[in-house]
Amino acid sequence: MPILSKEEAQALLKKVLSYSKAEECEVSLFGSDGGNIRYALNAVSTAGDISTTGLSVTSAYGKKSGSANINEFDDAALERVVRRSEELAQLAPENPEREDMPGPATFKESTTYNPKTAAMTPESRAELVAKSLDVTKKANLSAAGFLENSTTFSAVMNSKGFFAYNKSTDVIFSVTTRNDAGTASGYAARGFTDVSKLDTESATRVAAMKANASLGARAIEPGKYTVILEPVAATYMMENMFRFDARSAEEGRSFLSKKGGGTRLGEQLMDEKVTIYSDPFDPDLPSSTWGRDGLPREKTVWIDKGKVATLSYSKYWAKKKGVAPQPGPGNIIMMGGNTSLEEMIKSTEKGILVSRLWYIRMVDPQVLLLTGLTRDGTFYIENGEIKFPVKNFRFNESPVIMLNNLEALGKPERSISVESYQSYMIPPMKIRDFTFSSLSDAV
Amino acid sequence: MLPGLPSLGKPIDQEAALEYVDVKIKKELADAALTAARAKGATYADVRIGRYLNQAIITRENRVQNVGSGESYGVGIRVIANGCWGFAATNQMTKEGMAATAAKAVAVAKANAKIGGKPVELAPQKGYGEVSWKTPIEKNAFEVPIKEKVDLLLNANGIAMASGASFVNSTLFAINEQKYFASTDGSYIDQDVHRIYPNFNISKVDRAAGSFESIRGSSSPKGLGYEYMTPSDAEKVTGVVTRYKNRYDLLEDIKQMSRVASEKVVSKSVDPGKYDLVLDPSHLWLTIHESVGHPTELDRVLGYEANFAGTSFLTLDKWKSKNFKFGSEHVNIVGDKLQYGSLGAVGYDDEGVKCGKWDIIKDGVLVNYQAIRDQAHIIGLKESQGCCYAQSWNDVQFQRMPNVSLQPGKTPLSVDEMIKNVAKGIYIIGDGSFSIDQQRYNFQFGGQMFYEIKEGKIVGMLNDVSYQANTQEFWNSCVAVCDERDYRMGGSFNDGKGQPSQSSAVSHGSSTARFNGVNVINTKRKIG
Repeated sequence: MPILSKEEAQALLKKVLSYSKAEECEVSLFGSDGGNIRYALNAVSTAGDISTTGLSVTSAYGKKSGSANINEFDDAALERVVRRSEELAQLAPENPEREDMPGPATFKESTTYNPKTAAMTPESRAELVAKSLDVTKKANLSAAGFLENSTTFSAVMNSKGFFAYNKSTDVIFSVTTRNDAGTASGYAARGFTDVSKLDTESATRVAAMKANASLGARAIEPGKYTVILEPVAATYMMENMFRFDARSAEEGRSFLSKKGGGTRLGEQLMDEKVTIYSDPFDPDLPSSTWGRDGLPREKTVWIDKGKVATLSYSKYWAKKKGVAPQPGPGNIIMMGGNTSLEEMIKSTEKGILVSRLWYIRMVDPQVLLLTGLTRDGTFYIENGEIKFPVKNFRFNESPVIMLNNLEALGKPERSISVESYQSYMIPPMKIRDFTFSSLSDAV
Repeated sequence: MLPGLPSLGKPIDQEAALEYVDVKIKKELADAALTAARAKGATYADVRIGRYLNQAIITRENRVQNVGSGESYGVGIRVIANGCWGFAATNQMTKEGMAATAAKAVAVAKANAKIGGKPVELAPQKGYGEVSWKTPIEKNAFEVPIKEKVDLLLNANGIAMASGASFVNSTLFAINEQKYFASTDGSYIDQDVHRIYPNFNISKVDRAAGSFESIRGSSSPKGLGYEYMTPSDAEKVTGVVTRYKNRYDLLEDIKQMSRVASEKVVSKSVDPGKYDLVLDPSHLWLTIHESVGHPTELDRVLGYEANFAGTSFLTLDKWKSKNFKFGSEHVNIVGDKLQYGSLGAVGYDDEGVKCGKWDIIKDGVLVNYQAIRDQAHIIGLKESQGCCYAQSWNDVQFQRMPNVSLQPGKTPLSVDEMIKNVAKGIYIIGDGSFSIDQQRYNFQFGGQMFYEIKEGKIVGMLNDVSYQANTQEFWNSCVAVCDERDYRMGGSFNDGKGQPSQSSAVSHGSSTARFNGVNVINTKRKIG
């Protein structure tokens, strides 16, 4: 029973709530169904088919609350989990930050579910992988890749009449192609709600092209360079920036904190070409229509022409600050420009084309200073042309500083973070004065 | 890869955490799965019935943010059919659930076998019959009342706030893996594994300047029970700050770290350049983890992790040469799955192999890797080194790092004696920011506390310090390792690897070590 329909979920949640004796009770139901294939050295290494369902009950008495969870669904088990959450609530210390549960609400239907993705099987996954392997075998390259599809649902109901449901699908694919000598490497990654958009053959061709072009990389001096970040590189670079949390900013411990107190809301923090927003109905990257604290998600602009336009507030923090609560982003879309990648290269006198970034970690949260490396295709550009592949660099740079040095944007595309696998809509971008601090021998 | 804190599974109450599933029931379920897998055509099968418990207490300042207890119970079945691996998992814990899931695993294997590739070659493994193993704990953390733990954390927070902290968060995590393994080789292995991790984070905010500093506690995650939270003078290492071996003193530590946080706020920004680094075990564990632990994972060396974590510069030809100088003669590094108090300690790994200890770097030379059953033949081993692990029942097991540790120096040497001989250096305590490339050549590490050494003396604190190096050059610049009196373990509760990513817990021990002429950068930047 991993994926329940809205009606099935509603009926089960009503039954669980009927056992409640607490002042307030909230029941969450969730399930996932899917599978994955991993391959390496041009053969499958591991693969699995996994499904799970779970149910969580939170009972509350005033500021005291307790939660319990179960993955059994007979009547006795359901009553037991409600009693257990009530016992924990009675034992728990008071939490001044606990807010009353929300009352009835209506949400628009999301567009996050696709039946073709939900219908994937071990055989269909194997076929998609076989298409990828055909490319690398013909190209005399070795492929290591990963394909995963998942269908998930979540439903929440409480004793005050709140009910929300969402069902979604996702498929992600990534592939690294290398030569036998280990001196060339390329990468491609794709993510979709609808599996029929996934073309593993063409993605693998891109990775193979990058691998072949990366052969014979030369060392050049690290330093400040104009860089062109392809979407998969730009996505990973900016991912740490997308929380837009008011509380940490107001507490003085965020890059959005203002000198002297308060937040940078309304400040021109980045170049005017930067606009970042969320939209649950984006056709390429839909999200659930409800979020934290049971609040509806609407289109929200976080950075508007470089100015900080909106910060997210939990119900507790909003009440304390006397503002309306604002759920955090359910998805992230960065508006693009009209400059193609080719035009960006053509207009560059001296610069570096970056295909992918790797192992990004925070160095200084005050300015979001990050360190990490380039990987799987790094190229030197001179006088408007790619001249030769270069050895990988380590960088020390902040996405906030980087977006102040923005020269041009291309069209946004759905791109997955190479570490979190979260999808974003991000354009390719040209940046001046990007800081590379040392060289790496890694291929 | 070390991501953030572990997420919780399903919350449960304390009483439920203390119930164990009867081993007889687990054996019946496992036998049902093995029989079904064979009937469907599997030539090998293993079954992992897992009950994974965790408890997290999260506080900030004077309040509890969350008390969560989680349980996850289910089975993962792995098979070889038509020469290919298949895996399926379920939480339907009935004989019918076992049979259906075993059939699914075989179907996955057969679907993938059509793609082709070399058939899986497993190192032989004798069946052990019915055996068991338990972490040698003195006090089960799940038996300690939640109130006692909450009171301890809130007391600690009170000390930090009274000492001038702007904010403080403190946490206590406890883990119990009740794992039952059975295979067609004839093993039925019941294990009860415990881990604990207390920590805190103090922030000092200067609103006028628009700046803030944070510092974490000196604890480490451990393969211990709640006895880790009972202070013991014998387990303390004194010096510029007190550090801890297998017993921790939370209240003492938060007091000293509150003082250190105040000193750090006004400390001098480092002048970039070459320094001799004196690295405390609370810092060096992470450098060992990233620059020795990961590149000696055999699956990375062979290319199995190429798409995510990457490959390794320690290629097979370097190992075969028997003279690849990974480090100086002071560098002796072992893999050890049994070490007391370590996060990786178990009796048997997740494919039923009895665990042990072996040399990886001997007198500076690469001599071995970390392998599992389907890789052992590649490096001429007749049996696996017992490095197989899955984070839960619903994840497939694969090669994971054992505890990988730098052995203490054989000649008596204290930290004070080591510092006395450094003319221009930095003494680094605690781990900070970390990043390394996909073949483990180029790395950058930060830290928690940086002390400037001038002419053999500590002269004050520094800030904005990170060092960058090439792995082989760095380990060859190791000129001394303190003796065993200083030996301590640090570790990670959640080292990430694989696709989908799985988390594992691993410790790394060392004594304080000195590295000459390392490149230090200044990381200070400004927005606008």
